[in-house]
Amino acid sequence: MPRPPSPSIPEKEFLFSSLKQSLRLDGRNPLEMRKPTFTFGPELGWVECALGKTRVIAQVDAKMVKPPPERPLEGIITIHSELSPMASSEYESGRPSDEEVTITRMLDKVLRRSDVVDKESLCVLAGQRVWHLRLTIHCLADAGNMLDCSCLAGVVALRHFRRPEVEVMGDEVTIHHPSERAPVPLSMHHTPYCLTFAYFPDPAILPVLDPSHLEQTLSAGLLSIALNAQRELCVVQKAGGVPLAPDEILRVVGIAVDKAKELDKIVEEGLKADWAGRTVEVR
Amino acid sequence: MSSRVEILNDGGYRSDGRRQYELRDVNIDLSQQGTADGCCTISHGLTQVLVTVFGPREAKMRSQTLHDRAVINVEMSVLPFSTGERRRRARADRRILELAATIKSTFEPVVQTTLYPRSQIDIFVQVLQQDGGLLHACINATTLALISAGIPMSDFVCAVSGGVHATSPLLDLTMLEENDLPHMTVAVMPRTSKVTLVALETRLHVDRFAEIFSLAGEAGQALHREMRRAVRGRTGRLVGVMETGMKQPIGGEPLERDVVMDDRMDF
Repeated sequence: MPRPPSPSIPEKEFLFSSLKQSLRLDGRNPLEMRKPTFTFGPELGWVECALGKTRVIAQVDAKMVKPPPERPLEGIITIHSELSPMASSEYESGRPSDEEVTITRMLDKVLRRSDVVDKESLCVLAGQRVWHLRLTIHCLADAGNMLDCSCLAGVVALRHFRRPEVEVMGDEVTIHHPSERAPVPLSMHHTPYCLTFAYFPDPAILPVLDPSHLEQTLSAGLLSIALNAQRELCVVQKAGGVPLAPDEILRVVGIAVDKAKELDKIVEEGLKADWAGRTVEVR
Repeated sequence: MSSRVEILNDGGYRSDGRRQYELRDVNIDLSQQGTADGCCTISHGLTQVLVTVFGPREAKMRSQTLHDRAVINVEMSVLPFSTGERRRRARADRRILELAATIKSTFEPVVQTTLYPRSQIDIFVQVLQQDGGLLHACINATTLALISAGIPMSDFVCAVSGGVHATSPLLDLTMLEENDLPHMTVAVMPRTSKVTLVALETRLHVDRFAEIFSLAGEAGQALHREMRRAVRGRTGRLVGVMETGMKQPIGGEPLERDVVMDDRMDF
């Protein structure tokens, strides 16, 4: 499949000159995020997250497995993500591109390595039975900032998911169907949000939050910060790109702190609204 | 198991006898390796990395060249005996691919690639031993290898890792410390003291972040002096050899011509 052409020179110059006046092509302020919208599916743990035209589906499912002998007391979490040509014709199937590696590694760091889910709470019977959570992330459309969108979708899906209740009698494990007993939410330590800032080659242009596709292609460096509403940084990633002054990085971290709080509010409201309209049957 | 080792004792010493802000012993070897244009073996304590640079040279694949600048290609391999557990890692391991991509994008804006259109610079990173601070060793070694290959760069890139134990910041963590503490790697360009790379992968409070961040920036400056001494020593020796071969010295002060670099540094 032919790659789409890189942005033309007039397009590039137009973007840069408008950014210099702190104007963005979609009418946002430089530090304004597109408002995320969540569509929850009929099942628990299925969510479609959209940032503008960027759309990602995340789904969580759980099954019982025998834990590996080296970690008998911990549940297992695996993250599967796919960037297929469906999202954008820039992605090819086959060997993972640099972008795909960044996204999968970042998802792994934000959702798994920063201890979002309490793994010990997923243990049912030590060394015998643990929950294996599988988070699948499908990127549907890429209109810029796929990373933040997938992290958001992933974390909201984990918050939305409820696992069936289990009962342990001696060595016997009974899984109660959701229709018998209300399923229980996962025990989570914190809710991290990923925020990406794009920097441009011209130092006169201020960084923009949540870059659109064109902004991302023309940027000279991305700074991704994942943090929670409790002001804890989980991941800070600035892999090369334009060099920045140390004060600038600390300033951006400060901005991210406020944005994470706003985002946390939106997510909480979304989850609450969905939960209010949902009836989990308990007979 | 590792939590039984005291990271920082009451006397202010770490498990390997260093102080809080003390870096490990840095060993830089810029000697020639095979046919490479530039190479460097750097060891930070027990972490040892070998980087060889080939190029700028004609690209093997013409289709991947750019008409206005050189392409940087980074390949990384981790030797199976470099860690405690002997394990063969696939070359397509995501962690290694990510490290390679990080090194590539760190050096792309620093190397003056526009001077070599339609060519390619190959950087091969080999990890010989790992004991914490892998990323920073790779970056420092790559800087020195590029310099010894004579590739023009706008500045050095000096990286240091830092972590925090309770409330006391530490620099240049060993693997034992890395497993237990939140840690990050910062790469600075010493002349402008701008930051090119920040990599934090563990949970850390925002207030602590600023502290380690500025500390690591300062440590980068200290490391720069060490790296510069190695480059100058090697260049000095080369020039010395050239002079004895030609019987008469070229120019009066072959070493002191680098005035631009001198204006900020004092040693």
